[in-house]
Amino acid sequence: MIKVKNLKKTFGDLEVLCGINEHIKKGEVVVVIGPSGSGKSTFLRCLNLLETPTEGEIFIDDEKINDPKVNVNKIRQKMGMVFQHFNLFPHLTIHDNITLAPVLLKKMTKQQAHDKAIELLGKVGLADKADAYPAQLSGGQKQRVAIARALAMEPEIMLFDEPTSALDPEMVGEVLDVMKSLADSGMTMVVVTHEMGFAKEVGTRLLFMDQGIVMESGVPKDIFENPQNERTQKFLSKVL
Amino acid sequence: MYMVTAFSWFSDFQESFEKTFIREDRYKLFVDGILLTLKVSLLAVAIGIIIGFIIALFNLSKHFPLRLIGKVYTDVIRGTPSVTQLMIIYFVIFASVNLEKWIIAAIAFGINSGAYVSEIIRAGIMSIDKGQTEAGRSLGLNGRQTMMKIVLPQALKNIFPALCNEFIVLIKETAIVGYVGLMDIQKASDFVKSATFEAAMPLLATAVIYFVIIKILTICLGLLEKKLRKSDVK
Repeated sequence: MIKVKNLKKTFGDLEVLCGINEHIKKGEVVVVIGPSGSGKSTFLRCLNLLETPTEGEIFIDDEKINDPKVNVNKIRQKMGMVFQHFNLFPHLTIHDNITLAPVLLKKMTKQQAHDKAIELLGKVGLADKADAYPAQLSGGQKQRVAIARALAMEPEIMLFDEPTSALDPEMVGEVLDVMKSLADSGMTMVVVTHEMGFAKEVGTRLLFMDQGIVMESGVPKDIFENPQNERTQKFLSKVL
Repeated sequence: MYMVTAFSWFSDFQESFEKTFIREDRYKLFVDGILLTLKVSLLAVAIGIIIGFIIALFNLSKHFPLRLIGKVYTDVIRGTPSVTQLMIIYFVIFASVNLEKWIIAAIAFGINSGAYVSEIIRAGIMSIDKGQTEAGRSLGLNGRQTMMKIVLPQALKNIFPALCNEFIVLIKETAIVGYVGLMDIQKASDFVKSATFEAAMPLLATAVIYFVIIKILTICLGLLEKKLRKSDVK
């Protein structure tokens, strides 16, 4: 589903990604961990071209997406993105946050989008918040709305960029629960996170990134219990 | 004694009021002046917003030539007096164009206001977190849709007080249209002053008229702002 070949990204003199090769298959839940500055967020942002790769190729369903001729907006409609800081639209109600893109991009009629919004809000447990504004919600609620907003476009892939890092500890669980049920429904997911419990329990594959490359990759349980790479061992000994 | 002074003051007032407003139907000059000021201001505000918006987008553009145009425009307008601009536009640029006088004046004020509005809008757009644009783009919206539906509505709310301020300045600024021979409130009072040889009454009336117009506008804009702030409720 997603193929990444020799992906490199530099910001000025700083080389953030130094050649990443990955193949993410349909239905996989790939969890990316690693120390800060390791390039994991940049890797995720390259996947939907919020960052333009400096070098290398990214394919989604065998279509090369980092090509000037490609319609980036069409590609992005296949991928939902959830941000660390939610990025809900503060001037719109929760309902309108969710329906804005499907209606504007003519993917759905107003009625269809409305039905979809109600259905999704039910799924993330916020059916009663449709008419509220983002400022009236807690962090955990905002992030669940953000997930619903991304799902409203019916994406094939969901990207999560540290979705629980900006939350108070007691709100982390409610967001992870939503992500877990999404994974259980068979959604292809790439999750950058520091939640090792989630990685172990929900991830089908774990990538450990450091210094701009994937140092180690495999079944989460194996890596957690028996890390092969020295850097992985060091990192895990600090966070576990 | 006091009675007499008060009485003579009152009769003076009455006489000068009569001279300034009633005799020869001079109040009509003020009424026409108010209408002209309002006409010119309204059209100028509209032109100013359109130009300001375009120049703001130029200034934020990726393309250097557009940024250059925006920069030169803002520099020239801010660097020259508005009376000079008005007179150049009226007597030079539009000298041979067959347009109604007040429209030419409104264009001149609009061009002037556009430079200031553009800086306000640019600041407003830049004040919106980059994450908002990213969220819009990640949903598949293109750059224009993201700007129109996500960034601008929030930016406009933030800059609303600054824009109101600019409009108030603009209304008062139109008091210089007398320089190109248009009869606005200020010019009407000048005219009456030189006909009656009395300065206090027409000038004070002019001040009161401007004050009332702007007070009414401020109240209306205040109500509008309250409505815009609806999503801020906590």
